[in-house]
Amino acid sequence: MNWWNRLWRRSQLETELDKELRFHLEQHALDLQAQGFPANEARRRARLALGGPEQVKESCRDARGTRWLADFAQDFRYTLRTLSHQPGFAAVILLTLALGIGATTAMFTIINGVLLKPLQYSHPDRLVTLQEKTEQATQYGNLWAFAYPNYLDCKRDVSSLAPLAAWRGSGGTLSGSGDSEYVNAMQVSAEFFPTLDVNPVQGRAFLPEDDRLGAAPVMIISNGLWQRLYGSSRAAIGSTLQFDAKPYTVVGVLPAGFQFDSEADVFTPLGEDPSPSLQNRSRHPGIGVIARLAPGVALPQAQSELNSIGGHLAQEHPDSNAGRTFIAAPLRPDVGDIGPTLWLLLGAVSLVLLIACANVANLLLARAASREREFAMRVALGADLSRLVRQCLTESAILGLCGGALGISLAALALGPFVTLWPGSLPRAREIHLDWRVLAFALAISLLTGLLFGLAPILRIPYRALERSVHAGARFLSGNSRRLQSSFVICEIALAVVLLVSAGVLARALLRLTALNPGMNVHNVLVTRASLPPDILANPERARAAWREMLDSSRSVPGVESAAIVDTVPMREGNNQVGYSTSPAFLPASQQPLALATSVSPDYLNVMGIPLVKGRFFDEQDRVGNELVAVIDDVFAQQAFGAQDPVGHRLWFPADLSPFSSGSQTADVVRIVGVVGHVRHWGLANDDQAQVRAQFYYPFAQVPDPLVRRWSELMSIAVRTTIPPTSVLGSLRRAVRGSTGDRVLYEIRTVEQLANDSLSRQKFLLLLLGIFAGLAMLLACIGIYGLLAYLTSQRVPEIGLRMALGASARNVLGMVLRQSAQIILVGAAAGAIGAVIAARILESSVAGVRSIEPLTFAAMVALLIAAAFLASFIPARRASRVDPMTAMRQE
Amino acid sequence: MPAKADKSDLPQGTLDLLILKVVALGPVHGYAIAQRLQQVSRDVVQVPQGSLYPALHRLENRGLLAADWNETDSGREAKFYRLTRKGRAQLGTETASWERLAQAVGLILKLSPGGAE
Repeated sequence: MNWWNRLWRRSQLETELDKELRFHLEQHALDLQAQGFPANEARRRARLALGGPEQVKESCRDARGTRWLADFAQDFRYTLRTLSHQPGFAAVILLTLALGIGATTAMFTIINGVLLKPLQYSHPDRLVTLQEKTEQATQYGNLWAFAYPNYLDCKRDVSSLAPLAAWRGSGGTLSGSGDSEYVNAMQVSAEFFPTLDVNPVQGRAFLPEDDRLGAAPVMIISNGLWQRLYGSSRAAIGSTLQFDAKPYTVVGVLPAGFQFDSEADVFTPLGEDPSPSLQNRSRHPGIGVIARLAPGVALPQAQSELNSIGGHLAQEHPDSNAGRTFIAAPLRPDVGDIGPTLWLLLGAVSLVLLIACANVANLLLARAASREREFAMRVALGADLSRLVRQCLTESAILGLCGGALGISLAALALGPFVTLWPGSLPRAREIHLDWRVLAFALAISLLTGLLFGLAPILRIPYRALERSVHAGARFLSGNSRRLQSSFVICEIALAVVLLVSAGVLARALLRLTALNPGMNVHNVLVTRASLPPDILANPERARAAWREMLDSSRSVPGVESAAIVDTVPMREGNNQVGYSTSPAFLPASQQPLALATSVSPDYLNVMGIPLVKGRFFDEQDRVGNELVAVIDDVFAQQAFGAQDPVGHRLWFPADLSPFSSGSQTADVVRIVGVVGHVRHWGLANDDQAQVRAQFYYPFAQVPDPLVRRWSELMSIAVRTTIPPTSVLGSLRRAVRGSTGDRVLYEIRTVEQLANDSLSRQKFLLLLLGIFAGLAMLLACIGIYGLLAYLTSQRVPEIGLRMALGASARNVLGMVLRQSAQIILVGAAAGAIGAVIAARILESSVAGVRSIEPLTFAAMVALLIAAAFLASFIPARRASRVDPMTAMRQE
Repeated sequence: MPAKADKSDLPQGTLDLLILKVVALGPVHGYAIAQRLQQVSRDVVQVPQGSLYPALHRLENRGLLAADWNETDSGREAKFYRLTRKGRAQLGTETASWERLAQAVGLILKLSPGGAE
């Protein structure tokens, strides 16, 4: 009979055991009777020979090897029974644990989804991403996007990477039957979907025939777009959609939830794009390359093959490819810089969990003290200590698991709001849900916390003092236990100080940051990107005219005061870093100073409310053909000219990167005509630490013909309004739409929103840390309250005696408060050390946080001390009101 | 809680060996094993009957013994133990090692005083 059978067929085993022993006794008695003993005496002797039947049975049960489980079941029932006798006690413990475990689990769920889960493609570990790498690094680094001809050559020659796919993000105006809308899109090679092993749910993937110049234009659409435009009808396949004014036949629909890089609705074949930049080996038009390692090939093998291909191409095309090779790296999800923030929050929430643990440990300790007699009695009756320890652990494991189960439900409820509240959008938000990893984590921390607080009462089992406590009636409290309980409260206070100071440091940073001058008037400004149809983009003169027209019609909208166009909007994503020189001699590329270049129309300064410091801003005369001009900001002026007046000086831009470059090989010379105030382009918090802060502006009207198309694709319209900016949106849309209705506004923001969003990470962190700190402080206060209430209740007879001997209520109050002051101050001191470390971590991971200001520090510590004193005042007062007569009669 | 210590005067583990040996002679119930042990050892070895049953159950759980309920000669139902193949193998190895040990102990006890050659 195996172990399981022995466990499940216990009652059968019991009957058999009983029968077997009875048979033995009766048989023995019969034999003894045969020897001449009377029946009674025979039975007595038989029993004596066997020993007590119950003891024998117990030993036989031990032999089954299922004993511990039976004990466990017993402990389990016992725990439930004792807890149900104290529902308040149980509720407080479970709630505390549920909060701690729930918050920690929620944080871990997010970390799991965003940072730990692999990409959601099949065999993600075989996917790699490729980049071009140059020997010489410029100020932009030495890694580059692919040139399309290089991609084609790699694809032809490489055998260890198959398939090898190219992609780049794009976007455009989509029109089917209804209104035009702007959609995000991707251009991908035919190998793209096979590489990711993604198959369309309707229709087909791209064929090699689709992925070449002159092919009939086809597109694959996202599942979302399919639902929106076609109501998920099969009729979508074969229908025609206008994308950037060009008709495409829909050939496929992707599975729901497909995402690569960012979400896109439209996919078109990259090879069919006729742009000349794709045919030029020295242009790198933002093409990413991904590949799947061929079966049995490791990354280093693929890398050495790429090296040799790079070498060949460098020999064949020395002018574009000299010193250039290709490197492969594992494909990882792009989650930006969110990692440190998430780990920081998990750290903070773990502190809350620790405090919760300490609180529960204290509650259990206090109870263990009152159960001391019970334990002593059980030891006296023959229980061994390991059995008592097991019982304590069973109890705390049950509490931990129940708390954990509640916590998981809390986490499941809190996740939705948390993800929506996350400023901006949380990367990979779709992948945040409870899965087996999260459950394993929650289970582990539940058991671990159970073990942590379960150990406390075990330490408390006073092995030596047991007999004494049976006699003494357990009215005394061993000093050992008092120290243990105090040290838990000290830990709680220390941890609460860490969280409070962290929250304080963040709050202080946020106050400072919101008070910063953004460098412009952020109120009443609307910025929106605008897209022009391709036929207009193709002609520089028409494009310039179209922008002038759109600005004129914007100004005619009621409520709009002024309007301008701009390529890189402050505090929004996107920037253009350009190397410059103040003399015709250039430093090597890697040492050139950089500045942020912004292309604008003349009204920009008025729209944004940027102050003019010196000279002039642009006017209608600054256009192609006239002298090239620029306006710099005061940071640039300080950096490049120091105390000199920059107006009238000239700037030189290297030909290959100049925004003025008309394709000539000579550097462009630009005259500085004015100086304006610095704008916090990188956001209120990040601007101070940004690498490149110097800014200059140049007129869009002076952008040379070959660049107008690209610049026009990037332009946004900014309008200053006299009424709330979003209220002009409807009329603005109608005004700029144009006769054909294909000029579309998208990515609409107010500058005020952008400024607020630039602090959203800090605000969100502060909100969460504030909640955690509040929770920690509350728990610590409950902790010290509970401890003092317990200690004073134990000391009631002593206090009574003191009062009978003449101590006043004041004396007693002072005595109890002195005791709590010791605990609080030790805790606060320990916490202060932790807080300094925590503040360092915050400083290095959250932009805009400075090291602790003494005032913030002192204020936060004082806050906690005050709260803790308040909490200890209640039990102290109660102690001071003890009636000496009643108290002494208790003894 | 019962005392776990084995109060048998037998050396540790010997009881198992003796039980296996008795059972090896043919299916037998617990009372008969006790009787047989007492008779054969001519009352020299005191087998505490209280530790007999736990030992039987332990051996059964380890798969060295198997048990069936059968009628005795007197027509009563009793639990008869028999040796499994695993039990027989165990009996072989334990007998061998017991004999080796007994021999070694015997040799040592026969040493003449001061005769540590």
